[in-house]
Amino acid sequence: MLVLFWTDVLIFLLVGMVLIFVLYARRREHLCAPWREVARSGVAMGSLVVLGFYIVIGLLDSIHFRPAMSPNQDNGQVQYANEILSVFDRLVTPLRVRGEKTYSAPFAAFLYTKETVELPDGRQRRQFPRLKYGASHLTDPETEKTADIVMTGMFAAAKGLLVWGVLCTVLITALGKWKHQALRSVFAQMRAGQTTVRWRSMLYTLGILMVISFVAADLSMKYHILGTDKVGENVFYQALKSIRTGLVIGTLTTLIMFPFAVLLGLMAGYFRGWVDDVIQYLYTTLSSIPGVLLIAAAVLILQVYLDNHADEFSSVSERADLRLLFLCLILGVTSWTSLCRYLRGETLKLREVDYIQAATALGVRHFTILTRHILPNVMHIVLITVVLDFSALVLAEAVLSYVQIGVDPTMNSWGNMINSARLEMAREPIVWWSLFSAFIFMFSLVLAANLFSDALRDAFDPRLRQQR
Amino acid sequence: MSDACLSVSNLSTHLGSDTRPIRAVDGISFEIKKGETFALLGESGCGKSITALSLMRLLPTSGRIMSGQVQFGSQDVLKLSESEMRGIRGGGMTMIFQEPMTSLNPVLTIGVQVSEALRVHLGETGIAARQHVLDLLDAVRIPDPERRIQEYPHQLSGGMKQRVMIAIALAGQPDLLIADEPTTALDVTIQAQVLDLMQQLQQQQGMAIFLITHDLGVVAEMADRIAVMYAGQIVEQAERDTFFSNPSHPYSRKLFESLPTMAKRDQALFVIKGFVPSLQTQFEGCRFAPRCDHAMTVCHERPPTWHVDGRRQVLCHLYTRGEDVTRLNEPPTLSMPVGSIAQTEAESELLLQVHALQVHFPIEKGLFKRTVGHVRAVDGVDMTIRNGRTLALVGESGCGKTTVGKSILQLIRPTGGSVRFDGAELTSLSHSELRHRRTDFQIIFQDPYSSMNPRMLVNDIIAEGIKAQGDRDAPEQRRARVEKQLQQVGLSADSAARYPHEFSGGQRQRISIARALAVEPKLIICDEPTSALDVSVQAQILNLLQELQKEFGISYLFITHNMSVVSYIADEIAIMYLGRIVECGTVRDVLRSPRHPYTQALLSAVPTLDPGTKREVIRLQGDIPSPSNPPTGCYFHPRCPKSMDICRQCYPGRSSVNGRHHVDCHLYTIDEPNPGGVER
Repeated sequence: MLVLFWTDVLIFLLVGMVLIFVLYARRREHLCAPWREVARSGVAMGSLVVLGFYIVIGLLDSIHFRPAMSPNQDNGQVQYANEILSVFDRLVTPLRVRGEKTYSAPFAAFLYTKETVELPDGRQRRQFPRLKYGASHLTDPETEKTADIVMTGMFAAAKGLLVWGVLCTVLITALGKWKHQALRSVFAQMRAGQTTVRWRSMLYTLGILMVISFVAADLSMKYHILGTDKVGENVFYQALKSIRTGLVIGTLTTLIMFPFAVLLGLMAGYFRGWVDDVIQYLYTTLSSIPGVLLIAAAVLILQVYLDNHADEFSSVSERADLRLLFLCLILGVTSWTSLCRYLRGETLKLREVDYIQAATALGVRHFTILTRHILPNVMHIVLITVVLDFSALVLAEAVLSYVQIGVDPTMNSWGNMINSARLEMAREPIVWWSLFSAFIFMFSLVLAANLFSDALRDAFDPRLRQQR
Repeated sequence: MSDACLSVSNLSTHLGSDTRPIRAVDGISFEIKKGETFALLGESGCGKSITALSLMRLLPTSGRIMSGQVQFGSQDVLKLSESEMRGIRGGGMTMIFQEPMTSLNPVLTIGVQVSEALRVHLGETGIAARQHVLDLLDAVRIPDPERRIQEYPHQLSGGMKQRVMIAIALAGQPDLLIADEPTTALDVTIQAQVLDLMQQLQQQQGMAIFLITHDLGVVAEMADRIAVMYAGQIVEQAERDTFFSNPSHPYSRKLFESLPTMAKRDQALFVIKGFVPSLQTQFEGCRFAPRCDHAMTVCHERPPTWHVDGRRQVLCHLYTRGEDVTRLNEPPTLSMPVGSIAQTEAESELLLQVHALQVHFPIEKGLFKRTVGHVRAVDGVDMTIRNGRTLALVGESGCGKTTVGKSILQLIRPTGGSVRFDGAELTSLSHSELRHRRTDFQIIFQDPYSSMNPRMLVNDIIAEGIKAQGDRDAPEQRRARVEKQLQQVGLSADSAARYPHEFSGGQRQRISIARALAVEPKLIICDEPTSALDVSVQAQILNLLQELQKEFGISYLFITHNMSVVSYIADEIAIMYLGRIVECGTVRDVLRSPRHPYTQALLSAVPTLDPGTKREVIRLQGDIPSPSNPPTGCYFHPRCPKSMDICRQCYPGRSSVNGRHHVDCHLYTIDEPNPGGVER
């Protein structure tokens, strides 16, 4: 049975909006031109592939359902489990269910802590017990493990390369068909990096990612490749699940702040006078309140509400989801001011431009001027800000969860992983892999987003465009 | 040759990609003698600025010099290393640019910027440098250099800044001064001051000037020799007198013919057909052949060679093949004689009456935005426009003429006075009442690039006014209307499906006109509609405006600073100074016998094309005062050569010269009118 969380709805709304925009922009030259500029940049297209991986995982993790249990014996009706899973959970079921007792290091065959074990002869000894799932197929992990990892890894890498090769061939054939060119010449152009879309860097990145994901997938069937946490849950699985949280914070926050910033910014700049005074007062006041304070207060209020109305929620995940949405909301409220200020300034400049004056002289209504003349001419600013804000918001989530005013503690997020690592790092011997995994995943997402947004800014900012 | 300061041979400069380069400069050769002024004349995009930048080796990153030799003194500039080149720049040859506003660093004082040039080129520092800076500022006639030396660029006017630029250029005691459109951004009275200054400095220092301009008047004033550039090539070189008495190349002739003048009133201006070719094309024959009326088959097949004849050189087949060139002298047959509307002297109805129009912008200060004063952009303007007539509003920049136009349209709400349009008082209409009346009066802007939303199709741009007036036409009908409009302004119907950036400046101006015409206005305010355009394109637009006036009986308020355009197109004229109209009347009266000293100075400062008649230029002192703090009494008295005691005390009333010619000046309020008018 399908379950819709609030954030799921909003995510798919966002996807829909992006698709509609793509369809709209396709036929408009001035909207396509800067994107073509982006497509010519190798770094941007490489980053786009990395972002694409994250987005696919995030989207798969956003389709939730209650799995059906075996039909009831009495009336044959299908019963649904209490637990809510996502499509992604179903795909990685082995990672999800194969929990250990407690900490274990990456690729370990033994637990990280000693336990008292009863030997067959009745004596008791303290030792590192074997893991239930990690490296359980090996009889003597000490001698066999390295060879097994290398072999499995090589085999998986080969599979990844094979799939990559198939994908490349499909792409080249499709391009050749589409452009009516010989496959050989398409291939030659692509290799020389002369295509209008930088397929070469996209395919190289895709190749690397394919190898990594195949190796990770195959190895994680036999080992806990990033170890397990305190309650024995697979850290790799946690890091993957955190992707959705990061993406939701990064995108939905902008979706929420977008109407505020655009509407108020344009109105302040266009109407001037008292409208401008009120809006300016609003955002200067709001941006003077420390953001963390506001967020902490809002999250605490929500937490009290959730605790008092626990029976209104059918599951823990639903509560966690509401808290995530609320976090987006409050982050949006605190972060719209800079975009609003920026848009106000741009509108102030634009309203004096001749074509706006001409429209006024033609008797065009204020609202039409705002939507038809001003909004399309400030959209590049909105786009650049949104993409730049994305990485800042992903990082902000980590900080907020670290000070425990972020997402719900039951929800997987990089911030929660880092938060738990606070104690693990103080432990002797230290448990480093939670922090490490969160860092690697977050770092590659933010780096890819930053590289992509740099290229986007180069293409969209008219001032930078003139210099070329 | 020993007397050559700079000799350029076969210089080629390409811009853009290697595969399809823009041949901005395509094999040009010329020579500048010591101490002479050599003018390079050409329309925008013909490669004249790139030529200058190639000489200084200051090309943009996409530019590269493909071949050629630039012999400067004893050195070949193109073979020097970058560090040797730095010694040449500023020391040997130096350059001043068109835009004085952006050529100076806004965070450094004038003194620092001038002394930097001294330190670099002469190694002077300290007290000696300071004295030298003062001398230089004095040499470029900046008043009170002791004070100015500590001021920042924003405290100076445009003319002052250009003088500081000249002072910096002179600091290195150069042999050659390259001036790239040095006065294009300046007003005509300031232009006269700067040109005068350049000539004097040239005589004192004996340097050569390489003057780049599109203005035939400036060339006539300044140049000793002239080269005409077209599409990356020089097509004619001649001594000034030879050139102006008898231009040889068909292109040079057309340039002269397309200039608007008083004598060409009531007839269409001659236009050069077609467009300037893209510099990316590979030319086979003569570059001008497709637009030339005298083109022969050979012109399309082979590039012409130089024909040298005494003091002139022409790149044209007509001369090298010994064709009968006398037919060039025949007056061009005009495609469209404009019927003389001016003949109908019978008074047509009054369309617009402006009385005591005031636009004051408050100057706010402090936390609570206390109003501490007003910028009196428009300070009591009266004017009337009759149906189907053209009133020209003339004045220098900053005198408030654009504000007058916008406040008549109520784009800026006036702070006082009345604007009666066709019987209705516009200033008292509410926003929505005004919205419905807006079809009657429209505006055309100066800059054809910013006057259209770059993100809208031409179709939507033109249909915008129709839609805004609540038109319920079916899309096909509206489309047909748009196409009709486009054809009316001389554009093809398929332009509707394109974006503004695909059009040239002149074509964009046509689209602006079509947008204004689409709502069938009675009055169009033309705010410098041709000042961003080249002469030949200007002629096309002026013709179009004349034609439309004849056909639809539209009235124009023509805001401009260009006297030749005024004399060609306007019926009446109003001269504006610092927010007030100082003189108004019919064009013939005002231009032939100007009464107000300001009008006289303004007219005398316009460079004339005929170098033979040396007119007496009335030099105005100083700059236009700030409208936030106008002088007491007559606003013009601090600059007026004829100011009297009474001028300092009160603003003069209006006195009438004849029925239609009025002037605000104390010279004429005294019982016995003293006509100090310069008869022209």
